[in-house]
Amino acid sequence: MGAVSTTAAAPRRPARNWTGLVFVAPFLLVFGCGVVAPLAYAAGLSLYRDQLIGGRSFVGLENYADVATDPQFLDGVGRVALFLVVQVPIMIGLALLVALVLDSGRVRGMRFMRLGIFMPYAVPSVVAALMWGFIYGDRFGLVGQINAATGLALPSPLSQTWVLPAIGNVVTWEFVGYNMLILYAALRAIPEELYEAAAIDGAGEIRKALSVKLPALRPALWVATLFSIIGSFQLFNEPNVLKTLAPGSISTHFTPNMYAYQLAFNANQVTYSAAVAVVLGLITIVVAYAAQRMTARQESR
Amino acid sequence: MTDTAATSSAPAGRAAATAPGAPAPRRRAEARSPRRPRTNLVLQALMVLMVVYTLLPLYWLTVNATKSNGELFRSNGLWLGSEISLWDNIVATVTYQDGIYLTWLFNTALYSVAGAVGATVICAWGGYALAKFEFPTKRLVRAIVFGAITIPATALAVPTFLLFAELGITNTRLAIIIPALVSPFGLYLMTVFAADSVPDSLLDAAKIDGANAWTTFWRVSFRLMAPGFATVLLFNLVHTWNNYFLPLIMLNDPSLYPLTVGLNQLNSQVTTGANLQPVYNVVLTGSLLAIVPLIASFLFLQRYWQSGLAAGSVKQ
Repeated sequence: MGAVSTTAAAPRRPARNWTGLVFVAPFLLVFGCGVVAPLAYAAGLSLYRDQLIGGRSFVGLENYADVATDPQFLDGVGRVALFLVVQVPIMIGLALLVALVLDSGRVRGMRFMRLGIFMPYAVPSVVAALMWGFIYGDRFGLVGQINAATGLALPSPLSQTWVLPAIGNVVTWEFVGYNMLILYAALRAIPEELYEAAAIDGAGEIRKALSVKLPALRPALWVATLFSIIGSFQLFNEPNVLKTLAPGSISTHFTPNMYAYQLAFNANQVTYSAAVAVVLGLITIVVAYAAQRMTARQESR
Repeated sequence: MTDTAATSSAPAGRAAATAPGAPAPRRRAEARSPRRPRTNLVLQALMVLMVVYTLLPLYWLTVNATKSNGELFRSNGLWLGSEISLWDNIVATVTYQDGIYLTWLFNTALYSVAGAVGATVICAWGGYALAKFEFPTKRLVRAIVFGAITIPATALAVPTFLLFAELGITNTRLAIIIPALVSPFGLYLMTVFAADSVPDSLLDAAKIDGANAWTTFWRVSFRLMAPGFATVLLFNLVHTWNNYFLPLIMLNDPSLYPLTVGLNQLNSQVTTGANLQPVYNVVLTGSLLAIVPLIASFLFLQRYWQSGLAAGSVKQ
């Protein structure tokens, strides 16, 4: 978000005084209580270990050494990495396709479609997961009814093999419209002159999409992708809710966040859960930063 | 004097907020050319499929919330049952276990309103300061806070729980409201809105009139920032309304639960058979009622959503 400074800076340079800091102080206060203090406390706590005999003692980075080789943690990290590599491109691709089609003006009922596709963003992830969970289920779900009516044997989306794609579908459903609107807003902000220039050069629709629209979309695509990557690593709500309906397919360490949640309630593993939470946060930051570097390099090429 | 100035330029502020992300004069109109491009049938079919995909689960929920428990298992999931029991289901939902659903609804509303209004006012002050004032440490503040935009709320849930457990304030309403007051993305949006909608000349005029910074903020700047305020408020409201991980980890008293945690707990009781009555109709109707206020806010406040998303994506 480095470019913020260029847009937010006032052209006028007023005298420097403390008034501005007073206005921003309440934010800094809640930011300190809600972000800095918890992270600092968790980081500190992760350096200790609770023992049955002797109570809490300082162990340095031992918890981190354990996290690095913890099969349950690594299992969860591998799963969300796989999820990320498959689900994010599908969702962003769909969102991009819809945004480009809506922007082309070649379909009818655009207002309705834009709203309809954005609508799932209004649905809490818990309700989204419950709804899809019932649809997936065989009690009164659609999959069971389709099988009964047609004699097909569609596999249960809640089975061990299919539960990860099934979660991917819920997440895609929730956020495809949100990403579409971000991209669509960026498309609508392309100045008319660019299209006129392209038309004078004799560019067709596809050429226009490639040489005018896609470059203009790059910052928005980047924002959408970054937040989707972060969301994947932090996956918790959907698998946690679906776990009730598919207890055999979703373990307590299905994602790293579910694992940290599980550990936090185990009296002997509180400090270890802090280490897991810190490592997960660091992985998220590193992946997001790497993605940013990759995008930056492509742009400078 | 300052009042008149604020009122007279109010329409300009409003216009800016409908598209704060786009430079207004050069923005394309909805229809780019006077002649509409021809409808493309393949693209049209594709979009219809997409809308069916996004609306089908909501349709499914609505249809099945009209069925009694027995009817749920007997009837086709995509169509109405032999009788409409929506009203009975609503009554069953709000009276279930002495009205626990209404308690959850009240909690959700309380957490959302207290958290979102507080967070948005704090963001408005902060955004105003970052856009319109020079002060020592400003660069540092901006770097830290905007860097924090990418920290997801879920990453903070476990650390916040551990800290609050140490302080002994888990299982209280404050444990949900305090974290909800922090919104780095809201601060970023308010900075953009403040920079776009509050002209420096107006602040200078207010200063010449002898108004202090506090009065100037509420009498002049806040009014101009009001549309942006509404956008950020909406984002924060929905964010807190949908919050799940934090209340799940913080609360163990069901009378403090918000709807998300309550509904999921009810569903696990029903699904695992821990609850003797299989009240699937309460779970389904409760889910439907929980999203009605959000869907309504989307339909009626569309332009605020659009302007927020535009500002967040284009202003990079």
